[in-house]
Amino acid sequence: MSGALLHNLVLFGRVLRRLGMDVHPGRLADLVAALEVVSIGNRSDFQAAARGLLVHRHEDMARFDEAFEAFFTRRDPLARPSARVSGELQRKKGAPLTLFASPNASDSVGAGSSDESATADVLTYSEQEVLRRKDFAEMTPAELQAVKALMSEIAWRIRQRKTRRLRPGRGRLFDLRRTVRRNLRYGGEVLDWARREQKWKPRPIVIIADVSGSMERYSRLLLLFACGLAKALEQKVEAFVFSTRLTRITRQLRQRNVERALQEVSLAVPDWSGGTRIGDALHAFNFQWGRRVLGQGALVLVVSDGWDRGDVGLLSAEIARLHRSSHRLVWLNPLLGAPDYEPLTRGIQAALPFIDDFLPVHNLDSLAALAEHLAGLDERGRVRGANRSRWTDSSRPRI
Amino acid sequence: MKTPIESPIKSIDELQAALRDRRYFADRGLATTIFLALHLGKPLFLEGEAGVGKTEVAKVLASILDTELIRLQCYEGLDVHHAVYEWNYTRQMMHIRLMETQGQRPAEAELFGPEFLLRRPLLRAIEHAKPAVLLIDEVDRSDEEFEAFLLEILSDFQITIPEIGTIKAERSPVVVVTSNRTREVHDALKRRCLYAWIDYPSFERELEIVLSKVPDAPAALAREITAFVQELREADLYKLPGIAETLEWTAALVALDRDALDESVVGDTLGVLLKYRDDIEKVQGEEVATILGRVRAGA
Repeated sequence: MSGALLHNLVLFGRVLRRLGMDVHPGRLADLVAALEVVSIGNRSDFQAAARGLLVHRHEDMARFDEAFEAFFTRRDPLARPSARVSGELQRKKGAPLTLFASPNASDSVGAGSSDESATADVLTYSEQEVLRRKDFAEMTPAELQAVKALMSEIAWRIRQRKTRRLRPGRGRLFDLRRTVRRNLRYGGEVLDWARREQKWKPRPIVIIADVSGSMERYSRLLLLFACGLAKALEQKVEAFVFSTRLTRITRQLRQRNVERALQEVSLAVPDWSGGTRIGDALHAFNFQWGRRVLGQGALVLVVSDGWDRGDVGLLSAEIARLHRSSHRLVWLNPLLGAPDYEPLTRGIQAALPFIDDFLPVHNLDSLAALAEHLAGLDERGRVRGANRSRWTDSSRPRI
Repeated sequence: MKTPIESPIKSIDELQAALRDRRYFADRGLATTIFLALHLGKPLFLEGEAGVGKTEVAKVLASILDTELIRLQCYEGLDVHHAVYEWNYTRQMMHIRLMETQGQRPAEAELFGPEFLLRRPLLRAIEHAKPAVLLIDEVDRSDEEFEAFLLEILSDFQITIPEIGTIKAERSPVVVVTSNRTREVHDALKRRCLYAWIDYPSFERELEIVLSKVPDAPAALAREITAFVQELREADLYKLPGIAETLEWTAALVALDRDALDESVVGDTLGVLLKYRDDIEKVQGEEVATILGRVRAGA
């Protein structure tokens, strides 16, 4: 085994990691072992072996092949690495864009958190009250910053899902194994029945948010909201944004630092503030992601004002499909905050029959109300108590 | 380090030929991954759309290695009782009663002996004298609890039964894990495996599969069917037809005694290929005619 090859492989592993791939050092060692039975001279076999060992997500495959090409094709794997490769990779990452005007221009990443809490603390009670009712769109940068802190105070409680996994408990199902063990001392006479019950687990949440031109004033806050939700809840939160096309931002939102997460989102989304095609976006979601993220009875939150420039027939077909495959479908609309709003746009009209809840998200109070509403749903997704929404029939139609 | 199975296959070419002999047509990339899985003694993790032949890999491997295929179908809530072992309670009870009629009481060790043990797939795979092929099918249907348990099993291939002791595999089985991606399987599990994504086959490969698996089909019909399905996979459908569907459709058309495709027979049998009402409605009629037109133009 040549030292240069090993060096090259380690370097290649580092390149892949920098491209965001999860490369395990143990697999690199396996690759070295694999090269005893796979000829390194056969470029495509070598590539297939490396791919099988180093990649374990389908979405990484294309990136891997590209990196492999860049790294090995133009040079001999046994030759010393040059500095060029790392330079190329640097360029690929690109300079971070700032899409959102930062509340204060000099505010650097990381400095945010201490600032926020300070701002929130200095607000008096009545100022906070005003802030809670103020429309997000009318807020000044300083107020937005304060809202960010208040937002994290909202308590999210979402009813769990009963799974098919059983555990010892007081359910109605008998646990034969434990019963027999426990009753052996009575000589096979069963006196003491052990039981099992179904385990509860948090429901996955899927957020599909509109970031088109008409939603521009709300986008930043709604992303903050998505980010906050992902942090506050123990369950999986999948997030997508769309204007003309759909982008998955789940991975970006996993960043610990909120500002950083938003910055990464802004880099990942190609069509900020473009036109709106809700139908196409939902189609893309149903088509590519629906089966992968809606499996365990997900609660779906669609955030949009319903100004749709696409095909209404498509929208209604896709929202119907989304409704059928989700546990509960909630449509959040910032315009619903206006007292004289009527859901008359074609998009909303087409979607309304398939929406379980149609709720406003224009200020902090409405977010708190949303939290309360979600907490009030029972395990079958029905509304307990009287907090029904004005536009939709809360009893979910069964198809 | 586990000792890898003693594989009769010494090179990628040999494996590809052996797969081909068993009518499994794998491309070079997949063959390389399978070959390495055998050689490094690592589990094979296969992902891909439904019906592209993931499960088939395990079956064919069992045949190549001349060993038993042990299959574990996953579902939510799958637990030790169904995956590893369970005691045969009915038999234990009967045994106790029988002993009682003779005025005796059975010893505990007797009741929890091997003859009262029901062996589930994972235990059977570990106990198998000659390394078996263990197929863990559709792991995406199981839950995190089972995944965590699987991680443990895959790392040391041993199972502890409190009443009997620890059972360890002398040579680890060949493990094939499949997933349809209805849920993201945890990276920790995938990281331990060799990963392969199985795509829909190219026209030539699919035709090869159809001709070898449905030998009764006339060559011209097989060509048309394959071309039609390939075109259909370009359409905007929720559930694209897999190879399994192509084969079923071919068998259906052969049973109907057809030797060419026409609009009416395609319309009547579309349900064999497409499994969603929306998809059938979308393709039915005009779209079928257009695709048929393209198929004939290409032929």
